[in-house]
Amino acid sequence: MKETMTLTKAELADLLFERVGFNKREAKDMVESFYEEVRVALQNGDGVKLSGFGNFQLRDKPQRPGRNPKTGEEIPITARRVVTFHASQKLKAMVEKNQHGKHNSQ
Amino acid sequence: MTKSELIARLAARYPQLVAKDAELAVKVILDAMAKSLSQGQRIEIRGFGSFDLNYRPPRVGRNPKSGEKVRVPEKYVPHFKAGKEMRERVDQKD
Repeated sequence: MKETMTLTKAELADLLFERVGFNKREAKDMVESFYEEVRVALQNGDGVKLSGFGNFQLRDKPQRPGRNPKTGEEIPITARRVVTFHASQKLKAMVEKNQHGKHNSQ
Repeated sequence: MTKSELIARLAARYPQLVAKDAELAVKVILDAMAKSLSQGQRIEIRGFGSFDLNYRPPRVGRNPKSGEKVRVPEKYVPHFKAGKEMRERVDQKD
């Protein structure tokens, strides 16, 4: 997909400037703070529920056997905590509505 | 943390802003993310993660109760991949 087709913090800051009336500095800071607050909650082991969009949850994964794909050497994948995202029914419905029948035609 | 808790935390960070502005900012950000993703536009937030759509081809499934074959149409499902900073921060060993 083309680079111009990607939503980034810069575009979100522009939207806050246009629609909320923040100045450029405030808009940029607010976007940064939004993602930082979500990271802080997850870092503290607290899941994040954003109704209408989706939930971020934490999963503790046990150690499992792995392999270096290049050398074939066996190396354990250590136990770790990971973030998972589950889209809300509303977001899934929006995707379904907009993407219906679009495969190979995009 | 819920959406309203997120709004409260953002409002507390910016005491000079009207509380309503934090609420509106969260709404604008989430609406833009949902709109982009549903239109097939990828979202990339450095240090946080990326969102895109994964294609699921049509398949023949089974109704687990009746055992009857059912056609499951193709679809796109939202997918999130955590960024490097996010992965490292949630996995801090203490």
